[in-house]
Amino acid sequence: MTTTAQIPLTITEPEKRSKRRGGLSRTLVSYSFLAPWLIGFLGLTLGPTLASLYLSFTNFDLLQDPQFIGTANYQRIITNDVKFWHSMQVTFTYVILAVPLKLAFALGLAMVLNRGIAGLPLYRALFYLPSLLGASVAIAVLWRQLFAKDGLANVALGLFGIQGPSWISDPNYSLYTLVLLSIWQFGSPMIIFLAGLRQIPPDVYEAANIDGANKVQQFFKITLPLLTPVVFFNGIVQTIDAFKAFTPAFIISEGTGGPIDSTLFYTLYLYQEGFAYFRMGYASALAWILLIIIACFTAFSFLTSRYWVHYND
Amino acid sequence: MTDATTVATTQNVGGARSLLYHVILCAVSLVMLYPLLWMLASSFKPDDEIFGNASLWPDRFTLDAYIRGWSGLTVSFGTFFWNSLVISVLSVIGNVFSCSLAAYAFARLKFPLKNFWFALMLGTLMLPYHVTLIPQYVLFLNLDWVNTFLPLVVPKFLAADAFFIFLLYQFFRGIPRELDEAAIIDGAGPWRIFWSVMLPLSVPALATAAIFTFIWTWDDFFGPLIYLNDASQYTVQLGLRTFVDSTGKSDWSALFAMSVVALIPVLLFFAVFQRLLIEGIATTGLKG
Repeated sequence: MTTTAQIPLTITEPEKRSKRRGGLSRTLVSYSFLAPWLIGFLGLTLGPTLASLYLSFTNFDLLQDPQFIGTANYQRIITNDVKFWHSMQVTFTYVILAVPLKLAFALGLAMVLNRGIAGLPLYRALFYLPSLLGASVAIAVLWRQLFAKDGLANVALGLFGIQGPSWISDPNYSLYTLVLLSIWQFGSPMIIFLAGLRQIPPDVYEAANIDGANKVQQFFKITLPLLTPVVFFNGIVQTIDAFKAFTPAFIISEGTGGPIDSTLFYTLYLYQEGFAYFRMGYASALAWILLIIIACFTAFSFLTSRYWVHYND
Repeated sequence: MTDATTVATTQNVGGARSLLYHVILCAVSLVMLYPLLWMLASSFKPDDEIFGNASLWPDRFTLDAYIRGWSGLTVSFGTFFWNSLVISVLSVIGNVFSCSLAAYAFARLKFPLKNFWFALMLGTLMLPYHVTLIPQYVLFLNLDWVNTFLPLVVPKFLAADAFFIFLLYQFFRGIPRELDEAAIIDGAGPWRIFWSVMLPLSVPALATAAIFTFIWTWDDFFGPLIYLNDASQYTVQLGLRTFVDSTGKSDWSALFAMSVVALIPVLLFFAVFQRLLIEGIATTGLKG
């Protein structure tokens, strides 16, 4: 008892002194951990973000110094750029179709898998595999072949006597093959849904059964409301990802966004402006518009979330 | 008696229902995986056997496509493979190193402006990379780094992928503080605690970060497309793209063979670490 009381007394003096010196050296040590990130953040994120904001108000082709032209880039984009509006239309069509369908598939299969059936780990792994592979060029190559005139999709349709078109090279269908490619990768949101479904206590359903609620009622009154935080999360992540989609459209259209610009994703248009025509100022303005769209979408989701996302607390 | 019959009927219903579920799940699996299996099978078929043929078994089995594909372009596919491997391995080292340092600082250390930096770090998670793309390109161009691996690798050593900081931060916070405190009483400083206490306890999270970094870097197409111009510097993904443009229409089997080769490392990781990957997604919401 006495010894424990004495220990603080004996070290009070030196500790006090070392604490004052220690404060600075402790800060230095802490910042030495933070240093790689901090250098990267200032040099590769914050600096370039501000620089691209400035460049978006300039004319810049890499060869000459940027010339300040005010809001001319933005004005041209909004009022006088058919390709911009077209790429917006393509991108929004893609986002609006691909994200809800992908999430619906993911939730549906997660609910089937959540029934405690045998072989869950195997099914889960098989469904997840396309998510892991989907971003690679190899899969885009495969997709190009699947939906070619004499590709696998038309062979399958042929079994039912249907003569399919050349999906990839027909501007009426090419975008939908990319939507299908996105749905094919429903595995990772499915895993997150599955983790969410596991959190719902089974006695809630038992109570609903006793009250005579049928399966459909149970889905809309119990499962979906309790799962809204996961729907919210998956929705935001998948939507932002869909806005940024690039590789499949690039490979399928050989970098053109064709046929007839039907797969001209926004990012593809941005790439063409920046790295095919070297209109770096214009491409910076396009990048800032993308940032504004994503920021508005995210802010809107968070603001409305309190009306439809039910947190369990 | 009545009890026994009700139990029996529910079991029967359960059996029929679970059979139905298995039928649904098997059908979905088949539709989803058929294209992949078909690509694998086609890579062993002679070219004239690929189109209009949905069979999963080559009538005439041949390795020609692999031989043609591997040396099909002016630069061997082996070079692409090696380049991808170098970039991916360096990225893994850089990412795990720099992100775990920053995550430890945010999870455990006290320092001025901590909350400010933390909020900015979270903010970068939302930032689309297109916004920084052009100034970064100009920067790397001025450093004379374009057409080298540096623009693809150096940012990883500077924790540019804030997502992994967040992942490791969450994991570090779950480690009991008593362990740090015990180490402090033993006279350990922050570096010592980081190295001897935190890292050994965080192997699952570090492995998840390492595996996803590898796979995402391996699959990355945009970065190499922007920064690498010489065929001798190309990664596997760029090599495949060149293949599509140059021979794609005439030599599908070689293209498929090299696509299979490009997928092998990812499939290997999937086969070995499948559980870790799935748990990583389930617990952190990684987009996978």
